[in-house]
Amino acid sequence: MQTQTEAPVKEPLHISDVTRRYGRVTALEGVGLRVGRGEVVAVVGPSGCGKSTLLELIAGLQRPDEGTVMAAEASYMPQRDLLLPWRDALANAALALECEGVPRSEARRRAEPLFERFGLAEFERARPAELSGGMRQRVAFLRTLLPGRPVLLLDEPFGSLDSITRASMQRWLADALAREPRTVVLVTHDVDEAIFLANRVVVLSPRPGRVVADIEVDLDQPRDVTSPEFGALKRRALEALGL
Amino acid sequence: MRRYLGAAGLLVLFVLAWQGVASLDAVDDLTLASPTETFDALRDDWSLLIDNAATTLVEVLLGLAIATACGVFFAVAMHLFRPLRDAAYPLLVASQAIPIVVLAPIFVLAFDYGIGPKLAIVALICFFPITVNLLDGLRSVEPDLLKLMRSMGASRARTLRSAELPSALPFLFSGLKVAATVSVIGAVFGEWAGAEEGLGRLVLLGNNQLQTPRVYAGIVLLTLMAVALFALVALAERFACPWNRKEQAV
Repeated sequence: MQTQTEAPVKEPLHISDVTRRYGRVTALEGVGLRVGRGEVVAVVGPSGCGKSTLLELIAGLQRPDEGTVMAAEASYMPQRDLLLPWRDALANAALALECEGVPRSEARRRAEPLFERFGLAEFERARPAELSGGMRQRVAFLRTLLPGRPVLLLDEPFGSLDSITRASMQRWLADALAREPRTVVLVTHDVDEAIFLANRVVVLSPRPGRVVADIEVDLDQPRDVTSPEFGALKRRALEALGL
Repeated sequence: MRRYLGAAGLLVLFVLAWQGVASLDAVDDLTLASPTETFDALRDDWSLLIDNAATTLVEVLLGLAIATACGVFFAVAMHLFRPLRDAAYPLLVASQAIPIVVLAPIFVLAFDYGIGPKLAIVALICFFPITVNLLDGLRSVEPDLLKLMRSMGASRARTLRSAELPSALPFLFSGLKVAATVSVIGAVFGEWAGAEEGLGRLVLLGNNQLQTPRVYAGIVLLTLMAVALFALVALAERFACPWNRKEQAV
């Protein structure tokens, strides 16, 4: 909303030479990133490298101290689902639409078909407390998807899930993005997740965060995490991380 | 069920102990009426007690309603306008430090003998717990949720309605529970300062006329009134915040 929009937009996202400091701590330094329409870019890096800061800059929740962020309208999905406990799943998914001024009943009506399509049918009336962690993330993802903004910003969407649920959610997300193509910036600390989901993996250094590698992933979906090609890409990413 | 049994058992023990102490020769009948004497007074003076209780109940309910309306209005206004909160908070605390016993006769002088001063005193006592609790509740929303609302383009009014007010609802009920119990005390103070009817006045009169059992009967009814109001608020909370109960149960 508050981000500067370039018109006509050639790329949904163009970040150049961005630096962000918190007092004496520099979170990001001279970061540049260009993301083309429909691209899925994963940003990986060690804890505290400014990954979340990068997303909040793109979402317009923060401003850079130096450099420019030019972004199309973006929907932000935070690490925790932050579902409202007093709303049922359908009303939670509809919240983003309501924030844009869509009346409540209309917002619910528009959210309904997505529940069917994304494997949440019959859970429309369930309260968050009655849903599993994976289901809650799906509802949060639908909430992010519904306003129809061109860019999705996903901040470690599966970080709080156990590894088995996480694997199935990664498949679910890959499938969802295949059906509902968007430009995506996905922040994660999980290299496997990054290579599994993204077209490009951008590696950030420890604080202050800088781009140290930009790895193209041209594997066909669905991807096999045990294939040698996958392993080779993982090797490159881990080397960039200094591991 | 078990917790109700515990409460009932403790109540029986208390009444037995009360009866025991009241039966001691050393205890003056004018200072302490026994449970049986109190029960007799409740039976004999029932219509007198109930008529006066009705008057007090009306004072309590109207006073609570005024306090709730004002409390919600001021808490939301103070939450939305930071300078107002900073300016009014000390006054809010000061309002609670006013010795009501002293203020009550002044209110009676100002508003006359009618229901006015009683409502003012009940509302003044109840305003503080309602306002302070609701204000805390409105500020209790997680910063991450506020950030999310902002990223979705939510207006200030939308954030208040969809995130802050629902989060604050259990806090409001906590304030109402405290208010419900102190409201009865407020009404009694109000009646002591000057009234034509009401349980508080009846108790004061009974005291002066050495009708100790009637005094105790009045106190029992006032206590029951406060407990019933508290229970009513707790019940309303269960209906208004079902998600809260669910989370506690898990």
